Amino acid sequence: MSGHPGLVKRNHWVVRLTHWLNVIALPLMIGSGLRIFNAHPSFSRPGEGKFALNPWDGHEVPDWLTFGRWLGGARHWHFGVMWLLVVNGLVYVGFLWLHGEWRDVVPRRHDARDALEMAKFYLFLRKEHPHQGKHNALQRGTYFMMPVLGALIVLSGIAIWKPVTLGFVTVLFVNYKWARVVHFGSMLALVLLAVVHVVMVFAVDPYSLRSMITGWYNPRLSPEARNARPFTNLLPPTEDTAA
Amino acid sequence: MTLDRRRFLTLSAASVSAAMLAACGGDAARLHPLLDLATRKNETLERKLFRSGSRNRPPVDAGVAGESFPSYFVSKHMPVWDPAVRGAWRLEVSGAVRKPLSLSLDDLVRLPRISQKVDHYCVEGWNARAQFSGVRVSDLARLAGATEDAQYVDFQSFDDDYHESWDMASAMHPQTIVVIAKDGHFLNASYGAPARVHSPVKLGYKNTKYLTKVVFMPKRNGGYWSDLGYEWYGGT
Repeated sequence: MSGHPGLVKRNHWVVRLTHWLNVIALPLMIGSGLRIFNAHPSFSRPGEGKFALNPWDGHEVPDWLTFGRWLGGARHWHFGVMWLLVVNGLVYVGFLWLHGEWRDVVPRRHDARDALEMAKFYLFLRKEHPHQGKHNALQRGTYFMMPVLGALIVLSGIAIWKPVTLGFVTVLFVNYKWARVVHFGSMLALVLLAVVHVVMVFAVDPYSLRSMITGWYNPRLSPEARNARPFTNLLPPTEDTAA
Repeated sequence: MTLDRRRFLTLSAASVSAAMLAACGGDAARLHPLLDLATRKNETLERKLFRSGSRNRPPVDAGVAGESFPSYFVSKHMPVWDPAVRGAWRLEVSGAVRKPLSLSLDDLVRLPRISQKVDHYCVEGWNARAQFSGVRVSDLARLAGATEDAQYVDFQSFDDDYHESWDMASAMHPQTIVVIAKDGHFLNASYGAPARVHSPVKLGYKNTKYLTKVVFMPKRNGGYWSDLGYEWYGGT
């Protein structure tokens, strides 16, 4: 601690390791999944016509978004890397539970109100950054939803993988067809959150990147200390205010 | 300490992705050893999970795909059995059996038959329903007297060299049948006439059409799509 004046330890190495493993595993899973999807780019069964909920039903995803080159190859990747993702997810959630850090992400009573205040601040309807702990309420919601979506993706994936042997999982999603819809839809939701997350890291709190690599964070550079909205007050506050 | 850890993380992330990307070639025969390992471990797990008691039961009021049920073959032209050229079609049940069988279509029709509305799960991701009627492969195994050596079953066809071998447990599943009729009519040429294998417990490509031989074996012998790089087990 003495070697890092003014810094606080923010992210345990387990959190950092599982975070970066996700950064590797998720694109592999999404890319290979989209390659598999392209073999039958529709949620309709043969003869059913277009699937109404997908305006692009029947259209393939562009090749550059896919991974694995062909259906068989993508399946090998998907069914291989899935174990990395599942084990990684279990380690992360298990760590949060045992280490008590689930308190940082599990919704609290005033989270909805606090999230609204954050949104107001970002939309210039409020002048001062709301007071926050480790994360603001919008982050808390995002970081809570990510593992929830992950679990939904794994469960609906099992439903598609083993619709007969593990048919009791498949019926949780009505049937095989709707399990595919949930598997794809929850992936899209996770991608949306991940993209927003990455944009916000660079637009609001690039200093947090350090804490996800080394673990150390400088609270004097926090968005609250800088009163930072996306793309504003990115530079550190002047020294006298920090002292 | 911190720097070391940072460097370690960056390096390990880079080397893992590099190792994996090195295997991203389309050539299935050169699968990355890690993926190969995962495929083998997955098969072990899938065979442990398999239950002969599990059933595929689409809702009673669910319709069948009918003419929309997709079909394909691997020969240049649609395989049609021509008795003038090949003699009468017969289904041979042989290999690790005490009493090999050679069954005509009439013989098959006279055997105990079941009719089931089931899903067909294609490796591409779609499923389609059909009412399939035929003889359980487990009944054929019993009639032929499959021996202890019968650990795998190869389903062979006259669609060029198309065949797929199965594990015994999946072949003996009560919903695995040698189909002679679909949706109340004898199979037509596009659906694999005169007989095909069908089971909801295997992906579509394992279900050999244009069936000629059911061979019980001590060892597996791959299959048409399995040899092209799709996983051999192909279980649902």
